[in-house]
Amino acid sequence: MKATIKLSLIGILFAGLVSCQKNSRPNFQYMPNMYESVGYETYSESDAFANGIEAQLPAEGSIPRGYSFYEIEDTNEGYELAKAELKNPTKDFTYDKPRAKELYDIYCGICHGIKGNGVGKLVEREKILGVPSYDDVGRAITEGSVYHVIYYGKNTMGAYKNQLNEEERWQVTEYVMELKAELEK
Amino acid sequence: MKISYQKLEDNLISNMRQVIYRYLTSTSLFFGFLFLLLFSNSVFSQEGDAAAGKTLYNANCAACHRLDKPMTGPALRYVEKRLSEEEGLDREWLYSWIRNSAGMIKSGDPYSVRIYNEWNQVAMNAFPQLSDTDIDNILAYTAQEPPAPVVAEVPVGGGGGETSGVSEKLILGALAVLFALLAMALILVRQTLKRFADAKGVVIEETKSTPIWKAFVQNQFLVLVTAIFFLLASGYYVYGYFMQVGIDQGYMPVQPIHYSHKIHAGDNAIDCNYCHSSARVSKHSGIPSLNVCMNCHKAIGEVAESTATAEYSKDFYDGEIQKLYAAVGWDEATQSYTGKTQPVKWVRIHNLPDFAYFNHSQHVSVAGIECQTCHGPVEEMEIMYQHSPLTMGWCINCHRETNVKVEDNAYYTKIHEELSKKYGVEELTAAQMGGLECGKCHY
Repeated sequence: MKATIKLSLIGILFAGLVSCQKNSRPNFQYMPNMYESVGYETYSESDAFANGIEAQLPAEGSIPRGYSFYEIEDTNEGYELAKAELKNPTKDFTYDKPRAKELYDIYCGICHGIKGNGVGKLVEREKILGVPSYDDVGRAITEGSVYHVIYYGKNTMGAYKNQLNEEERWQVTEYVMELKAELEK
Repeated sequence: MKISYQKLEDNLISNMRQVIYRYLTSTSLFFGFLFLLLFSNSVFSQEGDAAAGKTLYNANCAACHRLDKPMTGPALRYVEKRLSEEEGLDREWLYSWIRNSAGMIKSGDPYSVRIYNEWNQVAMNAFPQLSDTDIDNILAYTAQEPPAPVVAEVPVGGGGGETSGVSEKLILGALAVLFALLAMALILVRQTLKRFADAKGVVIEETKSTPIWKAFVQNQFLVLVTAIFFLLASGYYVYGYFMQVGIDQGYMPVQPIHYSHKIHAGDNAIDCNYCHSSARVSKHSGIPSLNVCMNCHKAIGEVAESTATAEYSKDFYDGEIQKLYAAVGWDEATQSYTGKTQPVKWVRIHNLPDFAYFNHSQHVSVAGIECQTCHGPVEEMEIMYQHSPLTMGWCINCHRETNVKVEDNAYYTKIHEELSKKYGVEELTAAQMGGLECGKCHY
């Protein structure tokens, strides 16, 4: 009888030790001052910001190096203007099809379909509906309208200007026009 | 309770199949009602095939119009009926509006101008390719009654999972009871036998022997071996404990919004780079900002029935989407941003110590390594956790085993040739390119 009591005591102790392991909090560190940067790093918490948010917006008016403005406004008139007149203004632009396809498949293909026919994975699974094919006659997309819509988004489609930079947007635009030509064949 | 009752009832019904006529009246009534419904529907829409309309609707209209909720454009259920009753507009008006709404606004048609202004001057696309019959079919689809709410079915469906869980527990419980009974029986048998022995006057002699622990203490060799064994074992565990300090493998914090990588990256096969777009081009694979969520969730305000699992219900997932809307300040009713945002404090999982340098773009874009190589089967994770130990040994190991992708990379042509000559190999590993040098990661 005594033995069982002792055994169960050891068992309880062991269980107590094991149950201390918890996955919802980070582990101990040997020397936290070597692990955690003294300086401010990406996503590290800091008291420096009044609102305490880690992901701060850049100061108003700051422009990344090599950035050029897109001056057409996000209105119906702007859309028509881009559709009629906008052409690729980037200098030394070389169309890199494999890269354009890769970008298209990541960001556009999920809804618009790998072939641009409006049947992407999300449409197939009926999560998002009504994605038009690129050869839709009512929309009659042009190079300019494609770029404009990637930049601002339109109706249900969101803007992609923060996921693709200017050069990448033109690569994708070029690829979309290629898909359109393919569909219209 | 309710579920088991329901089940009982089902069983009852299936057991009573032989008295089938008993339900004749109610069945015929039901079918009559169904027929009536169908018939009344077809009367409403005059002509047009609702099934064909659904396909057309999903392909052309659903991007901006939901049936029962406003989206980019107004909700469209009973649109024809509403227009004729409230505005006195007939189907001809709809034909011309759908084919060329911009033209009608320009021509100054009063209702066209009004609705255009009411919806923040969002221009509707023109659909000149739709024929009269196509539009008739679409209108027939919009005139359909909404499907009967499936709410009643949900608990039954969820109950299916629950009952299986319950039955498992039941079996386990029954087993436990059985074993308890067996033990009781054995004790009782022993007691009875003892009583018999006492009654018959049989004395069970208990042989006197040294207790086992005393014998153990007296044997010095055994004591020595055990002591060494215990020392080694405790040394092993202490070493193991000290070695895992600072390693967060398996770290699985609770996030402010329950985001399921399984649903997004697994079931819907969205590329990792879609949301973590900075992994391609920057040191960090950034936490996506909420506008990226809204690229899809503007249209997806609730999850499908099939998304719900036994563990997480549809209501739970819908609640999480509402959390997103609250954080990003999206008003579903008016389909616009309120401007009142609330930052989401995600908990960072993968964290390298300050003294180690790691660059995502170098691994993702240049080396072309799959995200899963380090992050594990993310597409199967309902809750994200740290898959790899992220220790130096783990990094080094991969550098030793992985061949560098040198094809089509002009930057490496010269150095590749020279290094291949030096090591006398065809394929260079990351280690041979200098992937083991201290200064590459620690500086």
